[in-house]
Amino acid sequence: MRASSFLGRAGGALALAIGLGAGALAQSPAPPDPWPSLVSDLFHGRAMQNGEGLITLDAPYRAEDAALVPMTLGFELPPGDTRQVKKITLVIDQNPAPMAASFEIGANSGVTSIATRLRVNDYTNVHEVAELSDGQLYVVQKYVKAAGGCSAPAGKNPDEADAHIGKMRFREIAAKPDAASAPALREAQLMIRHPNNSGLQMDQVSHLYIPARYIDGLKVFQGDDLIFAMEGGISISEDPNFRFTYKPNGAKIMRVEARDSGGKEFKSEWPIGGEM
Amino acid sequence: MLQRNKNPLAYLAYALTILSTFPFVASAKEAEPLLLLKEIAAGVFAHEGLIELTTQANEGAIANIGFIVGEDSVAVIDTGGSVREGRRLAAAIASVTNKPIRYVINTHVHPDHLFGNAAFDSRDVTFLGHANLPRALAARGAFYLSSFRRMLGDELMGEVRIVTPTLTVQDETTIDLGNRELVLKAWPPAHTDCDLTVLDKRTGTLFSGDLVFLSHVPIVDGSALGFLRLADALAAIPAKQVVPGHGPVVADWPQALEAERTYLTRLVKDIRGMIKTGESLGAAAQKAGQSERPKWQLFDEYNPRNATAGFAELEWE
Repeated sequence: MRASSFLGRAGGALALAIGLGAGALAQSPAPPDPWPSLVSDLFHGRAMQNGEGLITLDAPYRAEDAALVPMTLGFELPPGDTRQVKKITLVIDQNPAPMAASFEIGANSGVTSIATRLRVNDYTNVHEVAELSDGQLYVVQKYVKAAGGCSAPAGKNPDEADAHIGKMRFREIAAKPDAASAPALREAQLMIRHPNNSGLQMDQVSHLYIPARYIDGLKVFQGDDLIFAMEGGISISEDPNFRFTYKPNGAKIMRVEARDSGGKEFKSEWPIGGEM
Repeated sequence: MLQRNKNPLAYLAYALTILSTFPFVASAKEAEPLLLLKEIAAGVFAHEGLIELTTQANEGAIANIGFIVGEDSVAVIDTGGSVREGRRLAAAIASVTNKPIRYVINTHVHPDHLFGNAAFDSRDVTFLGHANLPRALAARGAFYLSSFRRMLGDELMGEVRIVTPTLTVQDETTIDLGNRELVLKAWPPAHTDCDLTVLDKRTGTLFSGDLVFLSHVPIVDGSALGFLRLADALAAIPAKQVVPGHGPVVADWPQALEAERTYLTRLVKDIRGMIKTGESLGAAAQKAGQSERPKWQLFDEYNPRNATAGFAELEWE
């Protein structure tokens, strides 16, 4: 419930932010750090501890393409730590919708990392916040320089994404022969065709208006067990893409349910666990 | 650099340009310094942009832009990366012809090609672009106005406005400047999703916009596969010479396509291999296409971006 209200707020602020926020921010040389108010809005001001050593955030210092910035959330707890990671939240402080995604991690799913691609509008801090099973919050941050030049966070080929909207692909990634990681984990990738667009304000000249439409809910199961559930917004790139590790439970089917902000539902499933 | 042999005005223009590199001269005259132009065919002029990133110092003048003079009117092809550059182009046009500017053609959505639009915005001028250009401007315009302030500074950005095309091209359109037909062709997603080319039929001169890069590494902001596929269709255009979007003005046609085709082929091949072996997008950004590095300027600035965009696209093959 709490996650939906975050997203509602972020989404509601969107039209205003796109119309006014970007320009206003750029004119003031040192905008105030938005993080304290984001902690208040998104996390109800709860105390956070330094997450170094518990969680990792892999993001490039310089975004190459504003529309496609790869980030990997890592949250493998050290041996002996018996807690579980319940939820991982990714916040891009300076984006029009800072709350990029929130991942609920399935109990015993064994998920230790999720990689996805984000839109980054500006020079910004990016925060990863983990909520553990004992209720503690841990945070790590990275600074990402926005892409330069003619790069833009908008989609590149929106007609292509629209034409195949909801189409999904799933891939099991074969472990590298020399991989040191625990062989008990598998790695997989989920791709969803979707423009995931932020919507366009009414343009005075062209009278173009395109409503926002993006994947706001996603659930990934092996058999009946949840691997992760995501609530997301328009900071996730066009054609949302998730690469994750998980612990196989013996189920023979990977199942995905996605929903977009227009209320449309997309479902797919694939056989898993065969020889690779 | 203004090579217009028969007209004494050309030499005047050249002299003014030299003088105008001293800012106090320009401000004393309160005239916009002329843009350096070459007459590359009879009545066809082009300015060669610097192979640089946009900065305050270069005033955004990094793209090749130009104009074509007919018996009745003038068409401008791209307006440059700032209103100041646009005004300098307008001043150069006025130095070679008194015919009115009737058309401004925008080859695509990128700011280095159309931030000068406001310098030409009047009710007598028709702005032309690809049918997808209005949507692309709506999606990116506000962002560019904000993000380019960092590169161009407040003064240059203060006068930049987004000017949306009044006439768009779905497939192909011909405009007539007076005994001079220009063929405007809209292409499927390649460099961007709103690429438009302009062919001057009389002289066989093609303004390719950023569908052709020379020296400056190509940029993929639409579709890498689309860009690569387009090479064959572009090669069929009956032109003799091309003004590429970036790089030397002018080049032979269609030979000018070859370097770009080789680059895109290598990039796509590398990315396909990396997708097959399960490499990450981040790794591809660092490695794909690197063997092309010695051939191109601004390679490190744009190749990782191309590899990023190409990877996300090619994963769907």
